[in-house]
Amino acid sequence: MSAPNTAPTREYLKPPVTEVGVIGWLHGNLFNTWYNSLLTIVFAVILWQVVPPFFSWAFVDSVWNGPSEACRDIDGACWSIIPQNISFIIFGFFPEGEHWRPGSAMLILLGLVFFSKSSKHWKKSLGFYWLIGLIVMGTLMYGGVFGMPVVETAQWSGLPLTFMLSFFGMVAAYPLGVMLALGRQSKMPAIKTLCVVYIEMIRGVPLISLLFMSSILFPLFLPEGVTFDKVLRAQVAIILFTAAYIAEVVRGGLQAMSRGQFEAADSLGLNYNQTMRLIILPQALKIVIPPTVGILLSAFKDTSLVVIIALYDVLKTTKVTLSNPKWTGYSTEAYIFLAVLYFICCYAMSSYSRKLEKTLHTGR
Amino acid sequence: MKKVPNNTTDDVLAPSPVPFLRDPAKRAIVFQVVALLLVAFVSYYLYSNTQANLERQSIATGFGFLDKEASFEIGESVIEYSAADSYADALLVGALNTLKVSFIGVLFTIILGTVIGVARLSSNWLVAKLAGGYIEVMQNIPVLLQLFFWYAIFYESFPSPRQALNPFNGVFLCNRGLIFGVPESHAAHGAMLWAFVAALAIGWFLNRWGKQRQAQTGQIFPSIRVTLALSIILPLLVWAFAGAPTAMDIPELRGFNFRGGVTVSPEFSALLLGLVFYTAAFVAEIVRAGIQSVGHGQVEAAKAVGLRSGQVLHLVILPQALRVIIPPLTSQMLNLTKNSSLAIAIGYADFVAVTNTTINQTGQAIEGVALIMLIYLFFSLSTSLFMNWYNKKMALVER
Repeated sequence: MSAPNTAPTREYLKPPVTEVGVIGWLHGNLFNTWYNSLLTIVFAVILWQVVPPFFSWAFVDSVWNGPSEACRDIDGACWSIIPQNISFIIFGFFPEGEHWRPGSAMLILLGLVFFSKSSKHWKKSLGFYWLIGLIVMGTLMYGGVFGMPVVETAQWSGLPLTFMLSFFGMVAAYPLGVMLALGRQSKMPAIKTLCVVYIEMIRGVPLISLLFMSSILFPLFLPEGVTFDKVLRAQVAIILFTAAYIAEVVRGGLQAMSRGQFEAADSLGLNYNQTMRLIILPQALKIVIPPTVGILLSAFKDTSLVVIIALYDVLKTTKVTLSNPKWTGYSTEAYIFLAVLYFICCYAMSSYSRKLEKTLHTGR
Repeated sequence: MKKVPNNTTDDVLAPSPVPFLRDPAKRAIVFQVVALLLVAFVSYYLYSNTQANLERQSIATGFGFLDKEASFEIGESVIEYSAADSYADALLVGALNTLKVSFIGVLFTIILGTVIGVARLSSNWLVAKLAGGYIEVMQNIPVLLQLFFWYAIFYESFPSPRQALNPFNGVFLCNRGLIFGVPESHAAHGAMLWAFVAALAIGWFLNRWGKQRQAQTGQIFPSIRVTLALSIILPLLVWAFAGAPTAMDIPELRGFNFRGGVTVSPEFSALLLGLVFYTAAFVAEIVRAGIQSVGHGQVEAAKAVGLRSGQVLHLVILPQALRVIIPPLTSQMLNLTKNSSLAIAIGYADFVAVTNTTINQTGQAIEGVALIMLIYLFFSLSTSLFMNWYNKKMALVER
């Protein structure tokens, strides 16, 4: 019995056309099972129903810039509401002619944020840069020196107010949050109880109730004749609110520290302050950077709530614009513009947090 | 080996008396006393200021105002309410409205969030990308802006009742809200509800009995399927016995508005849509993380033991994924409840909105804000009690 000589021919077969290239990708990612094919078709149909009409509404039939009358008889979006009112939406009631001041304050802020992005710059000097930057910004906004007329905080509005409430809030809430977290981990029962009660109480109530407190109750708490300005009161409420959330995040970092770190610090003879400042906090705060950015992100979104106590942040100035009879009825366009604005800021922050998480996730 | 000298008994190294402030235990007492005194002093200072201010403005403190006539109307209410009722009634209406929107919102959020979270992990590229895009967009836009957006859609884009959109028979969509037909009220409906509750109760006992039997004999009783069948069949039987009433209450256009049917107001719809779409994005991420947290080896092991795919899901994946999902999920549900206080911005009469009106009318600001804080604290404390119980129950028991 001699098997027929079937020596394999040395000819390579090409991979089947359904496995490579565009068709292969389509087959693997969109049509790999019968239900996936069905899903793909259903969603393609839905997208076909939604996207082209939206596209023609937003880009083809739309008016990009022009007086409000030009918008009366078109089918598409009236984006003119944005360029025609942009200075009010961004700067609100800040006096005309002084708009360069909040403008440059915002530029300084953005510059600081970009500068702080790189971990190369995370040194003690960064804190000083921020401090100087915040003081310069405050001076620019308030004026009173170098021939800049004073602009009362009641006139601060629009995007600078949004940025100010969120950034000052974050910067001030952070140390307070760290202190609260340390207090909560403390072995002294009275301190611990105070911190726990504070944190749990603040986290249990909505931000609105704190804002109400700041706007209607706070004046009652002060002695006669002493008043704080409304913006500052809202700022305090935001700081107190954010600090409680930061405290919980930092507590997570503190709890993740192994006991050996504390024991090593003790055996070196460091006291409590030194242990925390030199050993524990640098490690604990590093672990919790990503969730902290998450908290700051939601603090940024939450500043929009000051609308409810009638502060003129960027959402409120937009609403005021919409209540102008010339521009009523174009809320969709205005809100989409604002949504894009918020989205850009928040998306930058959240993708930065994800990137940080990856770079900091070394070793352990 | 050298003998290590024992410090505590060695007379030579006996500690010299520690100065008062160098002794950690005594110093801790001093710190705490100082902290407590500080808190007490600040509270007393604020309290005395408040007393003085209240006296000067001659505002009476206390909750006596709750019995007075509210004399304001509330747009929508779960219970009977009129302007002649007391402030306490008005606040109750507000609290029920908060509960209503939170409950329905939580229900829809869990469903939508789970669907999107699963879609995010889909092997279908288009579906996964769409879900990812949804999550990114919704998470990064403030919920208040979303509420305004939906409210504006209702008020500006939807037609007046006369030209109401009519997507299905008996369903109308206009700037007065969503109006749809419901079965005309009939005595059988209450009985059907009780039948449903009874079915759930029977299911609970069946489940217990099934587990006991499984422990003794190894036979599995399909308690979930039986309960599901019972909860459909029992109410249907009651309905059939009651003569199968089919009359419907269909809304009709009368003058400028609809009569009959059920109206979901634009305020409620906008609030619900905003809260659900916003929170569902966060829930989707939680669900995705939960599913991904179950190791692939678990699924393979379960299959190797011979479990069917339904059993793999029910007995292996879900119990482990839920342990990861439930704690952050509850905190999202709590967030939804707290965010429902934004209702005041679009005019839905939730607890905060009603309290705000009450404060404006009576000037009882302290009592009002305290009530708001108390009711939300009650919600979150009861949730964390539940969480503690759940964590104890579900905690990983290791050897």
